[in-house]
Amino acid sequence: MEIDPFIFRLSIFILSIFVGYYVVWSVTPSLHTPLMSVTNAISSVIIVGAIIAALAGSSKNIFELSNIFGFLAIILAAVNIFGGFLVTQRMLQMYKKKKK
Amino acid sequence: MSANLSATFYLLSGILFILALRGLSSPETSRQGNYFGIAGMAISIIVTFLAVGNFGSGFIYVLIFLVLGGSIGAFIAFKIPMTAMPELVAGFHSLVGLAAVFVAISAFLKPEAFNLGVTGNIKLASLIEMSLGAAIGAITFSGSIIAFLKLRGIMSGSPITFKGQHLINLILGLAILFLIYYLCKSQLSNIFWSIVLISFIVGVLLIIPIGGADMPVVISMLNSYSGWAAAGIGFTLENTALIITGALVGSSGAILSYIMCKGMNRSFFNVILGGWGANDQTSDNKTKEQKPVKNGNADDAAFLMKNASSVIIVPGYGMAVAQAQHALREMVDALKKNGVKVSYAIHPVAGRMPGHMNVLLAEANVPYDEVFELEEINNDFANCDVAYVIGANDVTNPVAKSDPQSPIYGMPVLDVEKSKSVLFVKRSLSPGYAGIDNDLFYRDNTLMLFADAKKMTEEIVKSL
Repeated sequence: MEIDPFIFRLSIFILSIFVGYYVVWSVTPSLHTPLMSVTNAISSVIIVGAIIAALAGSSKNIFELSNIFGFLAIILAAVNIFGGFLVTQRMLQMYKKKKK
Repeated sequence: MSANLSATFYLLSGILFILALRGLSSPETSRQGNYFGIAGMAISIIVTFLAVGNFGSGFIYVLIFLVLGGSIGAFIAFKIPMTAMPELVAGFHSLVGLAAVFVAISAFLKPEAFNLGVTGNIKLASLIEMSLGAAIGAITFSGSIIAFLKLRGIMSGSPITFKGQHLINLILGLAILFLIYYLCKSQLSNIFWSIVLISFIVGVLLIIPIGGADMPVVISMLNSYSGWAAAGIGFTLENTALIITGALVGSSGAILSYIMCKGMNRSFFNVILGGWGANDQTSDNKTKEQKPVKNGNADDAAFLMKNASSVIIVPGYGMAVAQAQHALREMVDALKKNGVKVSYAIHPVAGRMPGHMNVLLAEANVPYDEVFELEEINNDFANCDVAYVIGANDVTNPVAKSDPQSPIYGMPVLDVEKSKSVLFVKRSLSPGYAGIDNDLFYRDNTLMLFADAKKMTEEIVKSL
């Protein structure tokens, strides 16, 4: 009997939760704010879905309702990607060690 | 690009995202980690373009919108003051949530583009996944908007509660599940829209009863939700990068919520159901009789600290409000010149989001190896000469250790009262967010400095 591909995706999902669990516990508490902003940025990889949605269908009419939702999602996700990574970078630049 | 090849690249992105979080285990590796994250994102986007392979006029528009959104994001990232990080993060969560809703809507309207079947006959599993993704996304969106308004001060931080609130939430939650079931049977678009609409309402109802002091939990929780929403969409699109990311973000937010709840010694449900931060405790304050308080000025404080051999600074949200972090750094520099050993003690729930105080101190050029977490530094108070409490209150209240009747009993607190003398910068004797009197104010070794945190610190710098 063949295994449903869904099971494979579910396996990836569950294993990633475990990876996330151990990786996040090892994050130093002083970096919890950058952790939030960077998780925010990477969750915007949802832009992948937005791009597919925006480019779907014939190229004659690229502004069907489903495309428009895709374009809107692209803007939202792009704000998050650039905003999230840059603000994280800005914060991390500030963490300095004592001058010896 | 073949589906197998692009799937491999998405896996690579997922791994880069894991490395991005892994980098945050220390400040030295964190910047490199952020580059891993950026690389992962770039790979995902480029691979998607190649996989879709449609470089017609639509492609130009995608680029335009990408640049438009990116410029807005970059502008915000450079302009935002560090004190406003909590509301920025809440705002960003709302965008992820809404993006998830939009992608789900788009997939529902045009399932062919996503290989999910045809309109009116979408694959059952996909239908469940996209409606769950849309529902969680919608809850994340409206919940984050409320959190944003509360943090920004546009909406009052006090909890909004009404009778039967939890019952309504329960009914709406069950309604969403029932509608998803019904959607699978009927494939009607009206049902899908209803799910989205009800989820928006649930998001609002879920966050309004939570008080301002519990915002660290709320932000972490919404962080987690945005991850689960992304994972739901990831299943719909059968995209590994999204599934991995969703799981990472989801568990990250959940762990942060747990840490925040633990920092307040409260259960997650206790926070979610509202409570604390309500003003009812302030009104029936039993200890209304005037207890003697020792009142000091900047010169007293400067004298005490100059002659100390070690000082521990305890910053709290009040420091952020008063923007006193830079003045504080100046004060510490002056003390160090006098040969005083200075360190900072940070409580897990200081500030309005996890790690908020650390960022503010880093911004004021405080080296991160002088900043310590509660467990690392709590034993040092007994050997320290002066504890300088600036903008913190409840997290120093010894009542949490001694009075089982107190609402904060059992909450881990900083043992500031063990230091030889305590300098407490505060505007008045009013209780903190928990609405309880701080026993520390009336101790013999406490000197109250009644002033704005920034002004007082600046005055101390002058008299040093």
